[in-house]
Amino acid sequence: MIIRGDEPEQIRLIKKLYKPGNYFMQGNEAVAYGAIFAGCRFYAGYPITPSSEIAETMARELPKLGGYYLQMEDEIGSIAAMVGASWTGLKVMTATAGPGFSLMQENLGYAVMTETPLVLVDVQRSGPSTGQATKGAQGDFFQARWGTHGDHPIVAVSPTSGQDAFWETIRAFNIAERLRTPVVMLFDGVLAHTRELVKIPDVEEVEIAYRKLPQNEGEAKLPFGDPHGDGIPPMPLFGHGYFTHVTGSTHKENGLRDVYTPEVHDRLVRRLHRKIEQNRHVYEKYEEHFTDDAEILVVSWGVTARPALGAVLKAREEGIKAGLFVPKTVHPFPGERMRALGKKVRAVLVPEMNLGQMILEVQRFVNDDVLLKGVNKIGGVPLTVKEILREIRGVA
Amino acid sequence: MAKEIYSRYPMVKYLRKEALPTALCPGCGGGTVLNAFANAIDQLRIDPKDLVVVSGIGCSAWIASPYFLADTLHTTHGRAIAFATGVKVGLPDKKVVVISGDGDLASIGGNHLIHAARRNIDITVILVNNMIYGMTGGQVAPTTPFGAKTTTTPYRNIEHPLQISETVAAAGASYVARWTTAHVYQLIESIKKALQVRGFSLVEVVSQCPVQFGRRNRMKEPAEMLRWFLKNSVPISKAKKMSPEELEGKFVIGEFVNRERPEFVSEINKLIEEVQEHFGLKGE
Ligand SMILES: Cc1ncc(C[n+]2csc(CCOP(=O)(O)OP(=O)(O)O)c2C)c(N)n1
Ligand code: SF4
Repeated sequence: MIIRGDEPEQIRLIKKLYKPGNYFMQGNEAVAYGAIFAGCRFYAGYPITPSSEIAETMARELPKLGGYYLQMEDEIGSIAAMVGASWTGLKVMTATAGPGFSLMQENLGYAVMTETPLVLVDVQRSGPSTGQATKGAQGDFFQARWGTHGDHPIVAVSPTSGQDAFWETIRAFNIAERLRTPVVMLFDGVLAHTRELVKIPDVEEVEIAYRKLPQNEGEAKLPFGDPHGDGIPPMPLFGHGYFTHVTGSTHKENGLRDVYTPEVHDRLVRRLHRKIEQNRHVYEKYEEHFTDDAEILVVSWGVTARPALGAVLKAREEGIKAGLFVPKTVHPFPGERMRALGKKVRAVLVPEMNLGQMILEVQRFVNDDVLLKGVNKIGGVPLTVKEILREIRGVA
Repeated sequence: MAKEIYSRYPMVKYLRKEALPTALCPGCGGGTVLNAFANAIDQLRIDPKDLVVVSGIGCSAWIASPYFLADTLHTTHGRAIAFATGVKVGLPDKKVVVISGDGDLASIGGNHLIHAARRNIDITVILVNNMIYGMTGGQVAPTTPFGAKTTTTPYRNIEHPLQISETVAAAGASYVARWTTAHVYQLIESIKKALQVRGFSLVEVVSQCPVQFGRRNRMKEPAEMLRWFLKNSVPISKAKKMSPEELEGKFVIGEFVNRERPEFVSEINKLIEEVQEHFGLKGE
């Protein structure tokens, strides 16, 4: 097995293949290398712009590391194959864009229900539908949150640069492994295709997490139990003679289906939620710039956080007390921190490459006496420093 | 009676007792398929620890998951083969078996079925063709005979059934056979062969759903359906000499292909070896 037991061998291979240092690479390549450093050794996908270079990089690099690249017949098959591979112990990833993400939604819900670690990168492009297929956007914020059906928690992270993409991909894997859950990474077409400096570290500086395995027969027999009280069941991998039964239907702690008892469904689905709520420390992450004395707060995510920072810096030069808050894990939203910051400021601006999505989350955590305004742009072209600065000046 | 089955039926050792009795209707062909599968495993002396059984959604998907005592993955409707693909790549030394229905594997899952056959991945698929959507209440399936009545073809079915075995054989599988639940011994032999073939294998079992299909097509009793299968089964050797008109409404049974072709998981591992060799990455 590739993820466990042969770490020294994997470290040897990575050291031999990827010298630490500065590289000039696309955001998509940074995602692929992040995945490789995180221990991903199974990639199943279906090509779609603007995500395809992730697949291409994985197809080229994975065999060198003894890993598997599978080009499946479609996105539905891709995420299905990932779930199957994850139950054998492999760390798995796929990358796609809007239409493919839509096709993956049913099995994303399956992964939530069966507590299967996987990383799904959505390189957001302009929609609805095939929209502007080659252009970036930030329109899938809620597709990540509510795309699949039923009551379900989800964790989604979103990087702000190529360098950040490398580390956020590793973090996405670590969250998936620690919480035994799928993690969505909301990337975007602009960063995906931007070439910039990415520093590749020494592999031994990278912290890598592994899923919890059963420590005894008792734990192995309860693949959906909660023996440690943290809501995270140890995962009995296939092929070890545990006779594990995995189903997307409502199941008891032993894995057997029970779709008739209300309490069983209630217990399972509430635990899935509790698992995410109770382990906020595993995934909560945000960045702050000049928030200490800010009167105007810019809240932004992903690609837009960069011109937003530029605008805040310029505003500061002009003597405007602006600050920036960037959720890096966007779901669950860092609401506590948002609420605290919202109390100290007069106005909150939310720039996004959409017609207003994350702003709805922000709204839940700021009081009515704060001026809340979206800065929105669609059409496939990112917001500029100037455009955001203009809005900051407007409320200054 | 039930007690007797649990204590005297030798194959019960392969079943997950806490999941019994099964949810299948009395007289459902699914029981025959489970029995045949358990016998094949027993005769080949395959340790269930070396098995992973994957299924989709439908009555037939329940045959092995949860009832068969192995690692079992009960997936979304139509996607079992794609899930199984990931399992097989991760566990190349295990036997990966998919047991599911015709609607599941050949309608919504048709794409995965033909592509797995094309890839020739070493998975054994036991496809239970009951010619109907049993679980959802007897709607027309892509395998429903021309002219048959179902809840969504209340007047008669005007579509032609998909010939699954022929399609999968053409797509490139290593082994393909079709039997009915009235051919139990041949069925067991074919499942055994399929499990031993290195490559994609399909055993299609024409099976009775007396409740949703038989009842609406003047075959309320399971035995009537079995008699219908026997009367209309044509061995493949004989079928080759018959015209399409003569074959209308018949079940062609037997082995469609049994051949060696490069297998996907072996190929992917061979490729990894080559690449590692090429880049000088082999361990000391
Ligand atoms: C995506 C999706 N569409 C539809 C269904 C509803 N559904 C459940 S089982 C089934 C048909 C099963 O037919 P088949 O595979 O032939 O199995 P049978 O019950 O006849 O054995 C359908 C359509 C579903 N579960 N998921
Ligand atoms: S509905 Fe038909 S296929 Fe389903 S269990 Fe009953 S007899 Fe079998």
